[in-house]
Amino acid sequence: MQITSPAFKDNAASALNNKTLQKALLNVERGFIDKRAKAAAGLPEFERLRDDARDIKNHTLAHLDLYLDAYERRVTASGGHVHWAETAEDARAIILDICRSLKAKTITKSKSMVAEEIDLNDYLEDHGVRPVETDLGEYIIQIRHEPPSHIIAPAVHLTKEQVADDFRRVHGHLDPKRNLDEPVTLLSEARTVLREQFLAADVGLTGANFLVAETGTSVIVTNEGNGDLTQTLPKAHIVLASIEKVVPTLDDVAKIMRVLARSATGQEMSVYTTFSTGPRREGDLDGPGEYHVVILDNGRTAMLGTEFQDMLRCIRCGACMNHCPVYHAVGGHAYGWVYPGPMGAVLTPTLIGVDNSGHLPNASTFCGRCESVCPMRIPLPKMMRHWREREFEKHLGAAVPRVAVRLWAAFARRPLLYRLMVGAASTAMRLIGGKKGRLSSMLLAGGWVKHRDLAVPTGRTFIDQWKARQDDREAAGHAAAKPGHAAAKPGHAGAKH
Amino acid sequence: MTARDAILARIRRSLGTSGSDIARRADVSDRLQRPPKGLIPLRGQRDRAGRTDLFAAEAAKVSTTVARVAEAGDVPAAIADYLRAKNLPQVIRAGADPRLADLPWDTQPQLTVSAGPSKGDDLVGLSHAFAGVAETGTLVLTSGADNPTTLAFLPEYHLVVLDAADIAGDYEAVWDRLRAIYGKGEMPRNLNLITGPSRSGDIEQTILLGAHGPRSLHVIIVEGAAE
Repeated sequence: MQITSPAFKDNAASALNNKTLQKALLNVERGFIDKRAKAAAGLPEFERLRDDARDIKNHTLAHLDLYLDAYERRVTASGGHVHWAETAEDARAIILDICRSLKAKTITKSKSMVAEEIDLNDYLEDHGVRPVETDLGEYIIQIRHEPPSHIIAPAVHLTKEQVADDFRRVHGHLDPKRNLDEPVTLLSEARTVLREQFLAADVGLTGANFLVAETGTSVIVTNEGNGDLTQTLPKAHIVLASIEKVVPTLDDVAKIMRVLARSATGQEMSVYTTFSTGPRREGDLDGPGEYHVVILDNGRTAMLGTEFQDMLRCIRCGACMNHCPVYHAVGGHAYGWVYPGPMGAVLTPTLIGVDNSGHLPNASTFCGRCESVCPMRIPLPKMMRHWREREFEKHLGAAVPRVAVRLWAAFARRPLLYRLMVGAASTAMRLIGGKKGRLSSMLLAGGWVKHRDLAVPTGRTFIDQWKARQDDREAAGHAAAKPGHAAAKPGHAGAKH
Repeated sequence: MTARDAILARIRRSLGTSGSDIARRADVSDRLQRPPKGLIPLRGQRDRAGRTDLFAAEAAKVSTTVARVAEAGDVPAAIADYLRAKNLPQVIRAGADPRLADLPWDTQPQLTVSAGPSKGDDLVGLSHAFAGVAETGTLVLTSGADNPTTLAFLPEYHLVVLDAADIAGDYEAVWDRLRAIYGKGEMPRNLNLITGPSRSGDIEQTILLGAHGPRSLHVIIVEGAAE
C-alpha cells in the first residue's frame, strides 16, 4: 500500500475537518474505554497477570531462536509445513506458490494485520488469485479499497450510512430499494453474501495470535466465526505469522489470553479462540487437507537486542490507540501506513524507516495513557522518545525546531544568561499579552498558536520561587532545631508541634 | 543459506548468543517439558457444584442459553423442548460421538437426528463438549469424526451437551486433561474455545449476534451423579 506517513500533518488536518470521520471516531471512546476498565476491574488478578504476560514474552524473546525451532519441529510432526520468509516479498511469493500448487482461484481471508503489512491482497489479485476478506470490518474496507484504520476494528472510521451506500453499490444483485438503515440488516446481508464465498474458496488464510512451541499449534482469536470457516472449509489452511508470535506453552497462552480480550474489546474472552494443529487427520470428516505456516521476519530480528525489543511483546489488542487522544482526534488513516496509534508510532519507523515516518513518534502528547493500559506493559512513550532522538541525530526534523533546540541548549548551559533571558522574555510576553494575558501570534511558533492562544507567564519564575522556598525552609529548619529536634526533618518537626 | 537459517542466525546475533548455549537450551526444554502453571485466577477455584453454577452464570453473561438436566437420558427431551420453544423443525445434525449416539432418541419419535459434518444446509448442529471452563463460561470442543468442526460454525443454532463432571475451573486444568488424553505435545487438529454465539461490533461498535457463526448457542449441562 502507498505510504503517506510523511504527510501526517496534512492527513491530520484533513481528518480534523472531516465531519463524517469525526462522528465515526466518537465510537472509539464510546465503544472501548469503559468496557476495558470494567473488564479489568472484574478480575482481581488482572494487574498481576499483566506482569506475567510481560515476563512470558520477555522470556520467549530471550530464547526466540530455540522456541521457533521447537515450534517448527512440532508443526512438521503433526503433518504441517513451515515456510520461512525474510521479507514481505518472500512471504507473498510463498503464499502465491501454495495457491498455484492447488490451482486456487479464490482465497478467503480472516483478518490479519501481517497480511496488510505485506500488502498481500493487491499482489494476489495481480497474479490471478481473488482474495476475499471475511471479517465484517475487513470486508467493508476491501470493497471500499481502503486500508484498515484500526488494528482490531478496521472499519471504525465509517458510519453505518457509508456502509449501506457501499453495500448498495457492490451487492448489485439485490433489490436496490431494500432497507439498510440498521447495522443488523447490514450484518445479515454480509453474512449471506460471504457464506457463498466460504463454501467456494480453494484456500483459506488466517493470521495467528499465538504460535505454541509445545504443540506446534497456531491460535486465532475472533468474534465472528469467520476465521474458523476460513480455515475449516477450503483445501488448504495457510497461517501467516511474524516471528514474535511464538510462546512456549498452552499455559502461557492462557495467561496472555486473559489480558488480551479484556484489553481489546473489554470482553472476558473473545467468542472463538481456535487452536489449530496440522491438516485433516485420518477419520476426520472436515478440515483442510494441507496446513502451511509462513513465518515472517520483515525487520523484526533487527529490533531484538535494541531499545525497541520491548515492542516485540505487542499482542495487537489495540488498547493503546483506543485510549490515545491523538488517535481519537485524527483516526487511523492519518498515520499513513498499516499500524496506527501509539503502537504504530513505534513500530512503523522500524518497518518502513524513520525517514519515512518521523512524524509518527512526534504525534503524541506523551500523556502516557497508552502505556498505562498496555497489557504487555510496553513503554510506548519511552520508545517514541528514542525515535525522536534518532530522528534528531539523523537531521530529519524540520529546521525551525532544530534551531530552537540549539538556541535553547546554548542558553541552558549558561545559567546566568538563561535566567536573564527568561526574565526578559516573560516581561516582554506580559507586555505584548496586555490585559488579555494571552498571545495569539508568536515568532517561530506559528503552528502552536494557530489553533489556540498561549497564556503569558504570570508571577515569578520557577527558579525564583524555588529559591524563595528553600530560603523559607532553611529559616524554619533553624527555628525547629532550637528546642533540640534534628533539623533534617522539618516536616516531621512541624507535625509534632 | 536458507531463509530459516538466516533468520535464526540474525536472532542469535541480535541476542548475542551462539545457540549452543547449554543453559538457554536447558531453560527451554525444561519449560516445554514442565510448563509452569503460573498465576491462576481464584474465580474458578470451586467444588464441582460451584463450578457448574459459575459456568452457567458466566455463559448467560455472553448470551449463551443454558439448560440443566439430571442425567444423560434427559437430553433428547431437552433438545425437543428447545426446538419447540424456538419454533424450529425437529431436525438436527450430529457427529458420531458415542455419548450422543447412545442417548435414548426413541423417546422423541418426532425428532430426526442425522449424522455427519455440515455442508452449510443444516439449521441446527449438535456437539458434545470435551470440557467446559467455569471461569468464563467457555466450551471446549475437539475436532474429529465424533464432533466435526463444521457443526459448530455453519448451522444457525448450535446445541452442545456438556457433562458437569467435565467443567474445569480454569483453562490450565483443561490443558492437563488434554495432555493426559492426547499425549505430551499432542493436540487434536482443532481445539475450539467457544464463549457465546458469534457476534460482530464492526459497524459503529454496535455488538450484534450472528455474524458468520451460529446466532444462538445453547448448552445442555448433564449434572450426572455427584462426586
